[in-house]
Amino acid sequence: MAKLNLLLLLVLVVCALGLVTSQHRARKLFSELEHEEGRARQLDVEYGQLQLEASTWGLHSRVEKIARDTLKMHVPDPRRVVVVTRPAGAAR
Amino acid sequence: MSFAAAPAVVRLPVWRARFVLVIFLAGFAVLVARSVYLQAMKTQFLQEKGEARFSRVLEVPATRGRVLDRNGEALAVSTPVKSIWVIPADVEAGGEAKKKLSRLLGIDTRELAKKLAETDRDFVYLKRQVSPDTADKVDALGIPGVYEQREYRRYYPAGEVTAHLIGFTGVDDTGQEGIELAYQSTLGGTPGSRRVIKDRLGRIVEDVGSIRAGQDGKDLTLSIDSKIQSLAYSALKDAVAADRAKAGAIVALDVRTGEVLALANVPSYNPNNRSRLTGAQLRNRALTDSFEPGSTLKPFTIALALELGRVTPSTRLQTDGGRYSLGGYTIHDAHKDGVLTVAQVIQVSSNVGAAKIALELPRQRMWEMFNRAGFGTPPQLGFPGESGGKLRPWKSWRPIEQATMAYGHGIAVSLMQLAHAYTIFARDGELVPLTLLRASGPVQGEQVISAHTAREVRKMLELAVEPGGTGPRARIMGWTVAGKTGTAHKQQDGGYAPDKYISSFVGFAPASAPRILIAVMIDEPDARRDYYGGLVAAPVFAQVMQGTLRMLNVPNDAPLEPLEMPGKGDEAKEGT
Repeated sequence: MAKLNLLLLLVLVVCALGLVTSQHRARKLFSELEHEEGRARQLDVEYGQLQLEASTWGLHSRVEKIARDTLKMHVPDPRRVVVVTRPAGAAR
Repeated sequence: MSFAAAPAVVRLPVWRARFVLVIFLAGFAVLVARSVYLQAMKTQFLQEKGEARFSRVLEVPATRGRVLDRNGEALAVSTPVKSIWVIPADVEAGGEAKKKLSRLLGIDTRELAKKLAETDRDFVYLKRQVSPDTADKVDALGIPGVYEQREYRRYYPAGEVTAHLIGFTGVDDTGQEGIELAYQSTLGGTPGSRRVIKDRLGRIVEDVGSIRAGQDGKDLTLSIDSKIQSLAYSALKDAVAADRAKAGAIVALDVRTGEVLALANVPSYNPNNRSRLTGAQLRNRALTDSFEPGSTLKPFTIALALELGRVTPSTRLQTDGGRYSLGGYTIHDAHKDGVLTVAQVIQVSSNVGAAKIALELPRQRMWEMFNRAGFGTPPQLGFPGESGGKLRPWKSWRPIEQATMAYGHGIAVSLMQLAHAYTIFARDGELVPLTLLRASGPVQGEQVISAHTAREVRKMLELAVEPGGTGPRARIMGWTVAGKTGTAHKQQDGGYAPDKYISSFVGFAPASAPRILIAVMIDEPDARRDYYGGLVAAPVFAQVMQGTLRMLNVPNDAPLEPLEMPGKGDEAKEGT
């Protein structure tokens, strides 16, 4: 009887220690997750800012001005443009 | 246990042992009572206090959704900024630190001193929405009592080009105008909060649960094509400047899906910097202003007459040299013609012809025609302040009013309504429902007139842009065009101003299989110069239409030959 009790006590202690370690590990992992989520949010914000920047640089009026003035481009004469129609059912 | 083995020992009185026992028991009783009290009665309070040592409630901020054009290009984006606030009583800063602070934030030193003097308040904004860089520099000053708060600021990369359409948000990130207001519930997120456990170092180690689930705003994809929008805005802006006009508006629709591809107004404003705004700049004329459209309404009268079988396109009418008296009024044409066919009435835009045809039609049917074309009711785009125009009940129409309505006077519509109504002619008689959001494909509309009538009117509208019509400047190389010009006197003090006009043009292309419909309105072009719709509004139409068809790769349906433009003043001029 005493032996059994001793064994059970030992099992209990081991279990308790296990619980403590796993709890600790869970918290550590969670803190890491939290950190990564924060980074994701930060990157999302950065993405928004970059998107904003891209839109600003890519403003149609700006692109057109550079194309015309700096690169000396012009709209092709419609007579030199061939419009090719896609046959029905063809893949995009 | 017996003391008998030690007879030498003096026997102590029994009460002393009892006394000690009682004292011990009493001590235990107190401890038990205390623990019962703490465990049973005050548990909740103690648990709360304990939790407060490690658990924290975190706000989960929600970001506002982006507004994108149909190709995914950003038209409105929120990005975090910082607001600087202080607890005035806690601020400890010397003269040097204050000077640095005022320079960083760009506020006057005296104003700063005034704000810091409000020591009876606990929260004073020094400056809202500063860039994160500036906020970091303020933080680096290390002045006690100065705090930062994270906020979002909305940026509009396309600026004035999309200003009226997108609108803007207030400082608290809720929509105040345009799409931002109309779709506030979609774009706006709801901030949430959650309870977490933090460790000694402030790291979050456990998520206890969420108190309020937050939700980020959803992105909104519009039907707008930012290339077409940009083209439309710049063409309109140039035209308004060249004609020294007061204002202008343009709308471009996809005929097959009812999507609004472009919507621009002049004068515009920069939504990123709204410090000096006037009401005129803010008005979204295309949607909220109604005007008497003039001749652009004639095709509806003619369509009804054709539909009722009163006339055919070749029926001949006497226009009496452009004068027609009715009930004490005289209706004028801008040109003197004799006998015209119904098709020619549209082509040269004869008021007399349209009025004579209208008087043959029942008032009620005419009202129904206008009503079913969408006049008198807002186009239901969900946009704030959409105008429904003005269409009076038919019972109150006098004959002269019925006659003037035939050529677009005594009835008011918004430019969007006008464009919407013209989808009837562009789509074989169907009025297509409009949308500002990207649609998945062609939609069905309500049949207003028969396909046969719609095609006949379309032929007349093609004639109107031929040389000899009122709008040859609307033609473009490579595609056939159909459309109608309008020049209306502006209403003023209950009458008509003799020298103030609204010039308009509504048309679509390619005429053989319409894809794009564009409506242009120029408000008060300089009357000493050109003011006819065919001279002022039609060139804008042509410029935008050509660019749009090219961008959308619409196959040509007309020979690619340079167009011969009529000499100045050679084209027919419409009377209204």
